[in-house]
Amino acid sequence: MFPSKSDFLLRLTTCLLSWVSALILVLIVWFLFVESELVWREVGVLRFLTDDRWSPSGDFSSAQFGLFPMIVASLLLAVGSILLAAPIGVGAALFAAYYAPRGVRQIFPRIVELLGGIPSVVYGLWGLVVLVPLISAYHPPGTSLLAGIVVVAIMILPTVALLTLSTFQQLPTSLIHSAAALGIAPTGIVRSVILPASRSGIMTAVLLAVTRAVGETMAVLMVCGNVIQAPSSPFSPVRTLTANIALEMAYAMQSHRSALFATGLALMLVVTLLVLIAEQQRGKAGHV
Amino acid sequence: MKRLIVVCLLVAVSGCVSDSTGEDPKTAPKTQKLVITGSSTVAPLAAEIAQRYEQDHPNVRIDVQTGGSSRGMADARKGLADIGMVSRAHKESERDLTPHLIAHDGLCLIVHATNPVSELTREQIIHIYQGQIENWKEVGGDDAEIVVVHKAEGRSTLELFLKHFQLDNSEIQPDIVIGDNQQGIKSVLGNPHAIGYVSIGAAEYEVEQGRDLKLLPLGGIEASTAHIEDGSFPLSRELNLVTLGEPQGLAAEFIRFAQSEAVHDLIEGLYFVPIQK
Repeated sequence: MFPSKSDFLLRLTTCLLSWVSALILVLIVWFLFVESELVWREVGVLRFLTDDRWSPSGDFSSAQFGLFPMIVASLLLAVGSILLAAPIGVGAALFAAYYAPRGVRQIFPRIVELLGGIPSVVYGLWGLVVLVPLISAYHPPGTSLLAGIVVVAIMILPTVALLTLSTFQQLPTSLIHSAAALGIAPTGIVRSVILPASRSGIMTAVLLAVTRAVGETMAVLMVCGNVIQAPSSPFSPVRTLTANIALEMAYAMQSHRSALFATGLALMLVVTLLVLIAEQQRGKAGHV
Repeated sequence: MKRLIVVCLLVAVSGCVSDSTGEDPKTAPKTQKLVITGSSTVAPLAAEIAQRYEQDHPNVRIDVQTGGSSRGMADARKGLADIGMVSRAHKESERDLTPHLIAHDGLCLIVHATNPVSELTREQIIHIYQGQIENWKEVGGDDAEIVVVHKAEGRSTLELFLKHFQLDNSEIQPDIVIGDNQQGIKSVLGNPHAIGYVSIGAAEYEVEQGRDLKLLPLGGIEASTAHIEDGSFPLSRELNLVTLGEPQGLAAEFIRFAQSEAVHDLIEGLYFVPIQK
């Protein structure tokens, strides 16, 4: 394809670089497998789904490795927060791209970037001091799935808004002008031209935001209550996979430590599953 | 798109592999280095003692890292740390390690200052943590649901609490599970109907700072550092430094310093109780 010598060199370098990035993923998965090998050998996969409780220290026969409630919690948290963040983010991007006055149009992305730059522990602190007491006044204990969803939604909002905004900005203006020339009302243009044409970009934004929601640790640890149970309502405290690792890794030993690496693998699986679902959705969406 | 997937996966797993400890390889020439790891209860004290020790010995560098009592023992055993920090009495089964008592600490139950309940019996505490008592009015308080704050698996505070009340961790019905003392105190401060347990030292400090916290007495004995000192408060524990075998050289010297009267003000400053020789 590229016959000259300098092209060959560039091709070789970029090829190597892309293999390095792929290899990092393989190495991480391999590392998780090696570190969790002890529990796979002694316990097997099934008990992670069927055991009633999570108390992984001690003997393998008496220890319990039920991860299922935490998988459910991680999924519910991710889905809940994206359901909250996606409409707000896309709406804000629409306003910033098409309706806002020039000044606002320039300031808006900067403000949202700043929102995205706030460290997760600060969101967690705000959640713990402001949000949790508010929810608690309505339905104790306050630390809950709901608190986690709200905090994480705010955290992933910038990802959704900024990526969607840049998708809108890349749309050819001729598309909008033609639609306007056909006499379609602005609402109609948004609904039947802009949004369908940006569908692929919006899905990418949502996908990135969801993976961040699943991986979020510190803020979730602070506001979700960390009780291991499948939630019966949005007000139930839950523990996510990430919180489980962060909460217990510091002093975990042997089987306990190994089980936490298995938690990491479960987390990878959940993310992979979400990515696959999103890919499939996007495949269906097609292009305008 | 494949690259995007890779990025997504990396983002998601980055949270679970960041546990590496930043220990430097062995000492540089001339400056001596001492690595101390373990209990998050002992760590602030060890760090202050280390700072004072470094002032007197300019060519000594002391690195204090937290990670819980279990890690302190494991690191001391494997030689990853020169000294481990353990916030409980030494067990029979841990003969290979030598304990060096430096102070006492007590555990106490805490509630919000606005909670009218000022004492709970042993049975009431057990029933609250087992979920049999769910409302404060059952123990003479307001008509409000009790929010039970409990510690995560592996913490020595949890071990001491369970042992004292003869509870099994699986019986406990918590509403909030927390990591360290600070998170426990914040949870109770943020919720007027919560009950939790933390180190007396940490709780007493917050009360002195004017925070809305109340320490519950146990068996009629007020929860205070004074009662830890005279041994009358039942929920107390030892703070130990442990070494593999008898300590040598710098480690031995540091432990002697940590047990001397020269650091009693530091121990009291953190609301722990110094040992009386």
